[in-house]
Amino acid sequence: MSAISLRDQLLEAPQLSLRFIAVWLRNLRVWRKLMLPSLLGNFGEPVLYLLALGYGLGQFVGEINDMRYMVFLASGIVCSAAMTGATFEALYSAYTRLTIQQTWAAMLAAPMNVDDVVLGEIAWAATKALINASAIVLVAALLGLVAGPEAMLVLPVILLAGFAFAGIAMIVTTISPSYDFFLYYFTLVMTPMLLLSGVFFPLSSLPDAVAIGAQLLPLAHVVMLVRPLMTGGSVDLPLLHLGVIIGYIVVTYWISAALARRRLIK
Amino acid sequence: MAVIARGLARAYGGVNVVDGIDLDIPEGECFALLGPNGAGKTTTLRMLLGLTPPSAGTIRVLDEPIPERARAMRERAGIVPQFDNLDPDFSVRENLITYGAYYGARRQVVEARMDDLLAFAELSERADDPIQGLSGGMRRRLTLARALVNDPELIALDEPSTGLDPQARQHIWERLHTLRRQGRTLLLTTHYMEEAERLCDRAAIIDHGRIVACDSPRDLIAQHIEPHVVELRGDLALQWLEPGADRLAPLANAGLRVEPVGETVLIYGIAREALLEHVEALIGQGYLYRPASLEDVFLRLTGRDLRD
Repeated sequence: MSAISLRDQLLEAPQLSLRFIAVWLRNLRVWRKLMLPSLLGNFGEPVLYLLALGYGLGQFVGEINDMRYMVFLASGIVCSAAMTGATFEALYSAYTRLTIQQTWAAMLAAPMNVDDVVLGEIAWAATKALINASAIVLVAALLGLVAGPEAMLVLPVILLAGFAFAGIAMIVTTISPSYDFFLYYFTLVMTPMLLLSGVFFPLSSLPDAVAIGAQLLPLAHVVMLVRPLMTGGSVDLPLLHLGVIIGYIVVTYWISAALARRRLIK
Repeated sequence: MAVIARGLARAYGGVNVVDGIDLDIPEGECFALLGPNGAGKTTTLRMLLGLTPPSAGTIRVLDEPIPERARAMRERAGIVPQFDNLDPDFSVRENLITYGAYYGARRQVVEARMDDLLAFAELSERADDPIQGLSGGMRRRLTLARALVNDPELIALDEPSTGLDPQARQHIWERLHTLRRQGRTLLLTTHYMEEAERLCDRAAIIDHGRIVACDSPRDLIAQHIEPHVVELRGDLALQWLEPGADRLAPLANAGLRVEPVGETVLIYGIAREALLEHVEALIGQGYLYRPASLEDVFLRLTGRDLRD
């Protein structure tokens, strides 16, 4: 008998326990040490995009769906910032802890399972998504780009979205042989998803086939929930969108935990 | 028994790197897994700790079946890995607090033990330093202190003194003696004979994934090797090892065991007087006498081929 096959790992459900909180807490402690530069770095860029595109393009675009382009764009940028925040944390930071720093190995020598470590990392990456997106919601509110206090409802949606994006990225992390491997993910998955999910322009402007294909991506559903919540519209099919996001969370956690077990338990 | 293993085996790619190991380690014992590189020491240790699933065999550690209840066992164990994996994002103190959290220990509980842990590692003065500034010896001491945050019954150490200078090594040995006196079970892997000889109640010599001998260092020497050794080194050895001429034959004929190892000749004898008499009669002065050590046993049992 040799190492447990990937098929067997995938058939085995991850063991859930509250131990993952210790992993989350560890990352929070590190983040608090570098909070200011981290915040500036993570929300400076999306805010620049919002202001530059919103102002510059907004003059040509005028209104989309009866709202100023800057208002339309603000909700999209909140979603894309959540995606970027969760992804970078679950790719580069988690991979560094898995390989160079051997932080995961240290955790596994304590009474911690691979499933706890993976869940803790995903939960932390989702938290980063929430922190980044909250900062942008705040800026948008100060600029008068949100409809009212109900915009706060986007925050739980963003947290869920963070879990989904972190879960996808964690799959990449657990199979990655090096940092260079992440470029495939950015080029083949992240960039198309960013451009085709209704962040910068409505899905309806895309050819039908592409628009339908985009519905398979989690970001499109996040945007369809967040945009009406921020701009005071009504959400169509909220349960469908939430269902897709939660489906992504469960499936990607399941797969990434199995892949991490295959990588680490040998 | 702190550790019971039966028929432990582990295959990688069809090759058994651990090939049928049985172990019984009583509580409070210091036990060494001794072997050359690639002998299967680390794999054996990882299986006992539930970090590597065995291909065959059964394990009980601290009365828990492994790997099924490895988490419960590790709550009562401390592990010092072969390669330093202290958390580079934290200071000395934060490393201990964070590691305590992995055991589910509340911050206050670890804080309460902090002074003891820092004193044990002799790092009280450096508590708030980042770990990047610590020497290799300090890092190893901190790793050892980190393994004690949960006040473990069993401490497993994978090559605890590899890569340390002699002072730092002595210091780690002293700490391990202290832990042993406190009644904790120590389980370590090493390829330093001196380490096993000084620290351990018993050692298992492992080669090619099997235990070739297991006993106290003293009994291993008594059972597997003549107690007295004469060494010829360098030029003296080469002079007597001239190819073609069996110049040392008189010693072998006198019942001594002659073993050339590279540029050294080892001559083993049962009785010290007889050994020295024969050597002096043939060779004169310039030899080195010493009592047999675990290293002689080790080399005898595992052979003299270079291991990579």
